[in-house]
Amino acid sequence: MTLELRVNDTPRQLDADESTSLLVVMREHLGLTGCKPGCGEGECGACTILLDGKAVRSCITEARQAVGKDVLTIEGLEIDGQLHPLQQAFLDNGAFQCGYCTPGMIMSALALLNSCSDPGEQQIIDAMQGNICRCGTYLRIVRAIRQGGAAMRSGASHTEKVESPL
Amino acid sequence: MTSNIRKDERPRSGQPDGRPERPPTDYSASGPSHVIGDWLLFESDGSVVVMVGKAEVGQGIRTSLALAVAEELRMPAEHVQVLMADTRLTPYDMGTFGSRTTPYTAPILHKAAAAARQLFVERAAALWAVDPPELAVEGGSINHPPTGRSIPYANLITDAEAGRLNELWSDDEAITPSESWTTAGKPALRAEGRDFVTGKHRYTTDMTRPGMLIGAVLRPPSIGATLASLNGSAAEALPGVTVVRTEKFAGVVAPDRATARRALALLRPTWNLGSAGTHVSSANVFDFLKSHPAAPQAHNRWAGADVFETGSLTEGMAAASGGHTLEASYRVAYIAHSPLETRAAIAEWDNGELTVWTGTQRPFGVRSELAAAFGKPEEQVRVIVPDTGSAYGGKHTGDAAIEAAWLALAASRPVKLTWSREEEFTAAYFRPAGLIEVRSAIDAGGRITAWDYHNYNSGAAGIRTPYAVPHQYIEFHTTETPLRQGSYRALAATANNFARESHMDELACLVGSDPLDFRLLNLPDVADPVQSRLRAVLLAATERFAWASRPTGTQGPTGHGYGLACGTEKGSYIATCAEVDVDPSSGQVWVTHVVQAFECGAIVDPEGLENQVEGAIVMGLGGALIERIDFDKGHVLTDRFSRYPVPRFRDVPTIETVLLDRKDLPSAGAGETPIIGVAPAVANAIFDATGVRLRALPLARNPERQQP
Repeated sequence: MTLELRVNDTPRQLDADESTSLLVVMREHLGLTGCKPGCGEGECGACTILLDGKAVRSCITEARQAVGKDVLTIEGLEIDGQLHPLQQAFLDNGAFQCGYCTPGMIMSALALLNSCSDPGEQQIIDAMQGNICRCGTYLRIVRAIRQGGAAMRSGASHTEKVESPL
Repeated sequence: MTSNIRKDERPRSGQPDGRPERPPTDYSASGPSHVIGDWLLFESDGSVVVMVGKAEVGQGIRTSLALAVAEELRMPAEHVQVLMADTRLTPYDMGTFGSRTTPYTAPILHKAAAAARQLFVERAAALWAVDPPELAVEGGSINHPPTGRSIPYANLITDAEAGRLNELWSDDEAITPSESWTTAGKPALRAEGRDFVTGKHRYTTDMTRPGMLIGAVLRPPSIGATLASLNGSAAEALPGVTVVRTEKFAGVVAPDRATARRALALLRPTWNLGSAGTHVSSANVFDFLKSHPAAPQAHNRWAGADVFETGSLTEGMAAASGGHTLEASYRVAYIAHSPLETRAAIAEWDNGELTVWTGTQRPFGVRSELAAAFGKPEEQVRVIVPDTGSAYGGKHTGDAAIEAAWLALAASRPVKLTWSREEEFTAAYFRPAGLIEVRSAIDAGGRITAWDYHNYNSGAAGIRTPYAVPHQYIEFHTTETPLRQGSYRALAATANNFARESHMDELACLVGSDPLDFRLLNLPDVADPVQSRLRAVLLAATERFAWASRPTGTQGPTGHGYGLACGTEKGSYIATCAEVDVDPSSGQVWVTHVVQAFECGAIVDPEGLENQVEGAIVMGLGGALIERIDFDKGHVLTDRFSRYPVPRFRDVPTIETVLLDRKDLPSAGAGETPIIGVAPAVANAIFDATGVRLRALPLARNPERQQP
């Protein structure tokens, strides 16, 4: 059947069953491989994308749940070659090693900052608990989220850099 | 001048697909190639491509090797790209393991680049008819300050050379001493970082090939089961599905993953279950290991010799009269690497030649495995490793590559195979479980006089004691193993340091000595390089931790404790201090603070090094506290993340790293050793907090509470 979705501000039509997971839709139908398969049970967070600004585990979320909503993936953050402040913050803090968890981390963090613009450290840790970084760069990720959040609060555009608050 | 690698395919984070006009010679038998052009390609735009057979699995060597070459060529690191782990384009490499990139590969690149720079100086001097000492090298150009003339490297290469210098570098090439580094040794951003944060980096899992199909493999229902028969007709009735049966396995190929999974479920196999190993479980495995010796074999000795003997144990035990003797045994569980990117491969056949993209730490080893599996000469097999979603020692073998190649051969199409998380937890190999028995003696002054140490199965890496002990007998015993096992970050150094450093604490407790003082007392020789470097990290870590002023439990255990451990492995040195809280009723453990001092000679990439040390501490906490493969009756029970906990955000303590930069010493690798101090430091802190000595990893899941 034909599914109509709005992905990264672009209307997309694709031929897939509504029960197909959003992970498969994004990766196999739309070629958006930034969301990663990691566990298939919603335990690792590598596949995180946003529906109307809220984080979902795309591996256990059916496509029907995205109909009529704004889907945002990591590919939708960069604008005209300019990084989103949260992407810039991950880069500045070296908040990765192998990078496989990074898109899911950034999307989970963005969902947190959408709902709470100035989260404390414990709030960040609690909100990110569902995302695994096997390389163990958690401390850097927390720093990056604090820096990215500060940049977003100050209204930084994609081009500006904001110093880490830490 | 021609360029071998297209500009739009520069190896920033993925791998380029250009074909060089001259593949490097396979120097596997005779040591590294000494031809500069096998390692360095000078592009006409002034950039340089480094070609190296190592794989990037998150440890940051794409960055650190670029820094090394940029340093010698006196050019910005941004103009140096690194082409990695392609058996057709890069020189032979044994594998990305053993912390060898920095001590062995980086020096080759330093020498090749230094030789190239010297050649360019000579060529410019000849061109301008000036004396070489009048020339300066800067920014990838040779300059003649007296006349203001300047010429980039690229203009000093002939068209015939096509970017590759045929001259040789020598083993005693003069390289830039680390004290004089201006590029290496400075903070640098990871080369792949931008592609990571935008989601553009393509792991094997993300790649596609024209006409590619998706494969899936039928896994046995229990460990050791073999396929007796297979009815594939229902599966093959699905559109586009091919059922494949080889001598080793059965699988399916389908247009997409969902169909492949459906086809797999429709296969009707019968199995020969066998009985081997079904009576062994994670509960009784340690008895099994001790009672099932096996002949030592090259592939399961892991590292080093089996026996180390000095002096006489009898004498050493007798020398303790007036002191103490102690016997204790320690256990470590099987654990899984569980890299976030599961094993994956894409295989493509073209006129009998095979190309495989796969995340492996041994591209040339996997090429050999593929060549052997298909009876092909190695020249007809090409393995390309896209930068991989981590490995930790878990991706040495070509399992997924071989499976994908069989499936692609049967389907006559390119096939991608991506293991599921459950396959990752059941079909891959584990870090070995081990039993370690220690018998020791100390004299009245607190000096260790005898050290009798037996490790069953976990391995020989890090088995020797760095302490000054006159009478030692140390043996690694090879045993049978009920589970498939293999390399893991730092190999057995984690197990051996856990046993040794726990035992050291027990001895310190016996004589009422402070754990730091006790270690320093048994590392008395400041002229000995091992002992002095270990003393240095011990002192650095304890100073930052304020070890001397920690509250000590004069009132008995308080539930709050401090622990210390140190060790050396693969030429680097570590000391770890840990602070823990323990809930006395539930036994739950929180590690709240870790200070780790690390010394690996001259630091090449301080930013990457700090990241590695922090990451190793976090990963080490997993094995120390919570990770364990549970198995019973031939089944792995912990076969997914919801059943196999790994460290998450809430598990991470505050971490301080103290990096000692020894510019006067050669750089050692750093990806592994920082993991080895965590478990014993935490175990020792738990004892300090509770008075209970836990001698089995994982500490927070001990089946029984052993009394001190």
